[in-house]
Amino acid sequence: MKYFKLILSFVLTIGIFFALNTKFGSIPPIGKFLNPYTGVWQNEIDESITGEVSIPDLKDNVTVHYDAELIPHVFAQNDLDLYRAQGYITAKHRLWQMEFQTFAASGRLSEIIGAAALNYDRQERRRGMGYGAEQTLNKMAEDETTSAMVQAYADGVNSYINQLEPKDLPVEYKLLDYKPEAWTPKKTALLLMYMTKMLAGGDEDMENTNALRLFGKERFDLLFPDFFDITDPIISKDTDWSFIDVPQTPTPNSTPILDSISETIDKPNPDNGSNNWAVSGKKSTTGNAILANDPHLGLNLPSIWFVMQLSTPDHNAFGATLPGALAVISGFNQHIAWGETNATRDVIDWYKIEFNADRTQYKFDNQWKDVSVRVEEIKIKGKETYKDSVLYTHHGPVVYDKNFKSDQELAGYAMQWTGHIPGNGQKTFTELNKAKNYDDYTEALKNWIAPAQNFVFASTEGDIALWIQGLLPNKWEGQGKFIMDGSKSENDWQGFIPQEFNAHTKNPERGFVSSANQHPVDETYPYYVFNDGYETYRNRVINDFFNSKDKFSVQDFKDLHNNNYNLKAAEIVPYMLEHMDNSSLTEEEKAIYDEIKTWQFNNDINEVGPSIFRQWYGKLYDMVWDEFDVEDTALEQPFAYQTIYLLKNKGDDAFMDIVDTPETETAKDLFLLAFKEAAARLIEIKAEKGDYTWVTYKATHASHLLQGLPAFSVFDIPIGGDRSIVNATSEDHGPSWRMIVEMTSPPTAFGIYPGGQSGNPGSKYYDNFIDDWAAGKYHSLNFLQSNTATDAIISTQILTPKN
Amino acid sequence: MSKNIINFIVTIVLAYLLSLFLPWWSVMTAALATALFIPLRKVAVFVIPFLAVLLFWFVMSYFLSSGNDFTLAKRIAVLLPLGGNPYVLMLVTGVVGGLAAGIAAIFGKQLSLVLVGRK
Repeated sequence: MKYFKLILSFVLTIGIFFALNTKFGSIPPIGKFLNPYTGVWQNEIDESITGEVSIPDLKDNVTVHYDAELIPHVFAQNDLDLYRAQGYITAKHRLWQMEFQTFAASGRLSEIIGAAALNYDRQERRRGMGYGAEQTLNKMAEDETTSAMVQAYADGVNSYINQLEPKDLPVEYKLLDYKPEAWTPKKTALLLMYMTKMLAGGDEDMENTNALRLFGKERFDLLFPDFFDITDPIISKDTDWSFIDVPQTPTPNSTPILDSISETIDKPNPDNGSNNWAVSGKKSTTGNAILANDPHLGLNLPSIWFVMQLSTPDHNAFGATLPGALAVISGFNQHIAWGETNATRDVIDWYKIEFNADRTQYKFDNQWKDVSVRVEEIKIKGKETYKDSVLYTHHGPVVYDKNFKSDQELAGYAMQWTGHIPGNGQKTFTELNKAKNYDDYTEALKNWIAPAQNFVFASTEGDIALWIQGLLPNKWEGQGKFIMDGSKSENDWQGFIPQEFNAHTKNPERGFVSSANQHPVDETYPYYVFNDGYETYRNRVINDFFNSKDKFSVQDFKDLHNNNYNLKAAEIVPYMLEHMDNSSLTEEEKAIYDEIKTWQFNNDINEVGPSIFRQWYGKLYDMVWDEFDVEDTALEQPFAYQTIYLLKNKGDDAFMDIVDTPETETAKDLFLLAFKEAAARLIEIKAEKGDYTWVTYKATHASHLLQGLPAFSVFDIPIGGDRSIVNATSEDHGPSWRMIVEMTSPPTAFGIYPGGQSGNPGSKYYDNFIDDWAAGKYHSLNFLQSNTATDAIISTQILTPKN
Repeated sequence: MSKNIINFIVTIVLAYLLSLFLPWWSVMTAALATALFIPLRKVAVFVIPFLAVLLFWFVMSYFLSSGNDFTLAKRIAVLLPLGGNPYVLMLVTGVVGGLAAGIAAIFGKQLSLVLVGRK
């Protein structure tokens, strides 16, 4: 009996140990997680930002001054120390995020969260994310300076990781019960690929092919014109292109492959975009050029940006950095300021591949070419490793084949993507951080391949400029809009637009430059450009604003960032109100009708108009494009601009008819049907939430990167705007970094982003910028001119060489 | 002083000392050792170390998070989910540690009985 009790109690003891030390599903190992010595209670701290820390391989002391926003101002004596310190400091505040993003980039989430992520991981690997990062790494290795700096950054991250005790691990590691691995230059390359995918990882070739097959060329061209009837391009219409002496690739008159594709890989959020602009000294109230940038990305916590000042005796840069990449990405130094918006262009094309019987070769110009195989080994937490063999052709990876989203035994679709072209994009930023003038800026840009960006520029010398930079294929007319026959060399990319012929403008007559993801150029540009989902509203509001008066101030810039004017609504709502037959509206519907009638088209938080418009236009849009709801067929509905154009100009087109009803509807009928459905939904929302003011309706939130964990997210952020509005804040997407720089000497700058400098949900610096960001406020960026703490500095930490 | 009180105090002191170089299960080791050398009777075998560690972890959690306005504790109390109340999280923390300690103590008691019996 004694022994029985002994054994029983022993088993119980082992049992409780096991139960509290093991992760079950999404429940963390509760003993490890909650104990006060190494569990989450140890994360109840603000970061330590005082004293001295010794770091291996530093050459000299590095001083890090922190201001009240927890922005580190880093003063190093040389570039290698600077980037080593950047790695260390970034890891100190954002370690989990920077590692998680590279796991996501490389298709390794299954290692952390298990089999649920397998399909995602396969997709990312088949997209060639790891392959692309390796190309980037090889290219960086050719440049000794870049590779040394990237290595120093990695070593800096690792010096932070190596001194971590289990109790110091960021809370997410404790929650998921894993540990950080060593940082490597490849992870920096992966982070750059992550951005490339986010900004240049989308295309519509498959969807376009399906639409062409279903509706025919004439209808396709009506729905998806290369240019809309209005274009307000980035590089203004009056540009003289006669200096371009390399012609567009002549068309081989090949025919697209009209295959039917049921499902495509995930695309980046189509709202990923941005605004930037600059006015010249003569258009500025103070005589100094002023520049602004606000990248629109997913609103996440920890924020995608980390703000830093990075200084050596040779240069002094300040602005938003990307945890994982070196140098300032959107910012300024003592001489220049720069910022980016996405220059979307069709840089992904799909080729149909025909294999031989054992899929070791593919047909090309009546010969057989060897495929190469890249075996992707996907480790899965708690399970056996999954191996996925991806076949590569000279175009790129065969993403879709019999093993993935396709059932064709001996055929597949290969992806050609500028994201796979070796490039040293990192150098663009380390060079921009040091640039002193326009020439340095253009020199830095030459290294930039993908994702193509609109790089805005202003200098203390008074220059403003904007280059649309990326390596862009010189396509024949129509190339890459649809799936191409991969067995014909005439369909290959025949070359690239020479870098100097990329569209750009310097000190234009109009006194300002701007970009908002619209068409880069109009039809007169000598190379083939077609509508790749270009923005048509923000750009016009911005350009109209800069054409509206002679001089602009920093305050005007702030106002424009926060401008909530809904041009899209202004272009369709009056038309709908005028043409809708409102005689059948019930009393409740009539009340809503009266509400939107008085709306002045501003998406301010207390308006109800924006919510009514969202519902009304949303329902209308779905009714117009019901023809696109085809089973097992990947289709993309036409863009808003063309939809509104057709509603107003071709209201009796067959597309207006709702296929499922016996009647033949016209646009006018749809206005009423959509309005009634919208009203019904709005009444429901009112019942659920109390009202449908825009702030309630939109309920903007910033979600934690890990599956949006509500505990680490911020909800109901009171901010107006919406997609297609200059203040492009929708539910979970918007201006991820607002920056304004006036080119005084040294520059005077303001910036803010929806998050906080700390990645620790237990820190008061985790989300402390959000309220000011939502209110349209900015923080003065304390641009220190020397390594001396000013009043703005709350604490200083010295990094010292470790002997 | 009664054995119960001595056991209670020694468990906390030992748990604290062991935590300096052992992971979270140091509370189990502490309770086991205390049960071996300061044996208790009946329910006290479990209850005393349970209460000792509960109190110890509760108080320690409180001090760790109070200096930071319970910022993270409130979030974790949403995550688990405990209604966002940091004190409930402290209680849960204490109960988790206490359970582990109490069960380890039962084993310690049984072990001590076997060892004593052999003499």
